[in-house]
Amino acid sequence: MSMFQIFGISGSAVSAQSQRLNVVASNLANVDTVAGPDGKAYKAKQVVFQTELIGASQTMGAPADPVPSRAGVRVSTVQQDESPGRRVFDPKHPAADDQGYVTFSNVNAVDEMVNMIAASRAYQNNVEVMSTARSLLQKTLQLGQ
Amino acid sequence: MALPPRLTQTLDFQAQALVLRSERQRVLASNIANADTPGYVARDMDFSKALHEATRHGTLNAGAPDGAAMSLTIARPVASHVGHMGLTGGGGVSTLAYALASQNSIDRNSVDMDRERATFADNSVRYEAALRFINGSVRTMLDAIKPHNQ
Repeated sequence: MSMFQIFGISGSAVSAQSQRLNVVASNLANVDTVAGPDGKAYKAKQVVFQTELIGASQTMGAPADPVPSRAGVRVSTVQQDESPGRRVFDPKHPAADDQGYVTFSNVNAVDEMVNMIAASRAYQNNVEVMSTARSLLQKTLQLGQ
Repeated sequence: MALPPRLTQTLDFQAQALVLRSERQRVLASNIANADTPGYVARDMDFSKALHEATRHGTLNAGAPDGAAMSLTIARPVASHVGHMGLTGGGGVSTLAYALASQNSIDRNSVDMDRERATFADNSVRYEAALRFINGSVRTMLDAIKPHNQ
């Protein structure tokens, strides 16, 4: 029955959004890390979402869906932002290079906060979808009683 | 020789409406789940058209061993469709339309979260309404066949 698949669809969305939140947390934690001796600072990461069909066609003999009517989400890749990190002139810093510049990470804290708000909103919406589907199914179970 | 109408014939319309409502619920859940996916286009079902289509053929294939025997009084036997418009809701899927994009977005995602949530809430209430109607019909039928002792 179609309603049961809603748990799979919204479940996948909830999991994808929580991965996104994890990535945001990693980025925010590393806002002020500096480049190590190898010269590589922390690069901000982003998740890329992709539509994924949930569950194979379960109706016997039904034609395959030409359109994704049970479209869940998954994280296809975690991309790194390759733009150069923030360079600050501070010769007294222990990690300063020969010219006295320190390279910090390229994380933009404001962007990450916006990302976090968007991810948590999407998470809440999908949890609401799941609980509505659950209460409707429970009412369906009580049909006739 | 015409088959006598089944006892559950009065329930067929509401039962089909219930199946289509749950189908639409699933489409809306897919939209909400993909609100952040780049390139995703929001879909929706034209519910009244789908219901009209499903009840026009006049039969509800509730897992009968041979669908051909289920012809009803309002039957317009379109044989090729009898298996298609079953309880699996297969008819609804092929008639999915595109939801109009309200705002352009750089990542070509066309899901309008507010509209999806409102439509989802609306659809939930109508699903419950269909459940109530079915319940009412079932109770009426049970009342009619119950022995009433004077």
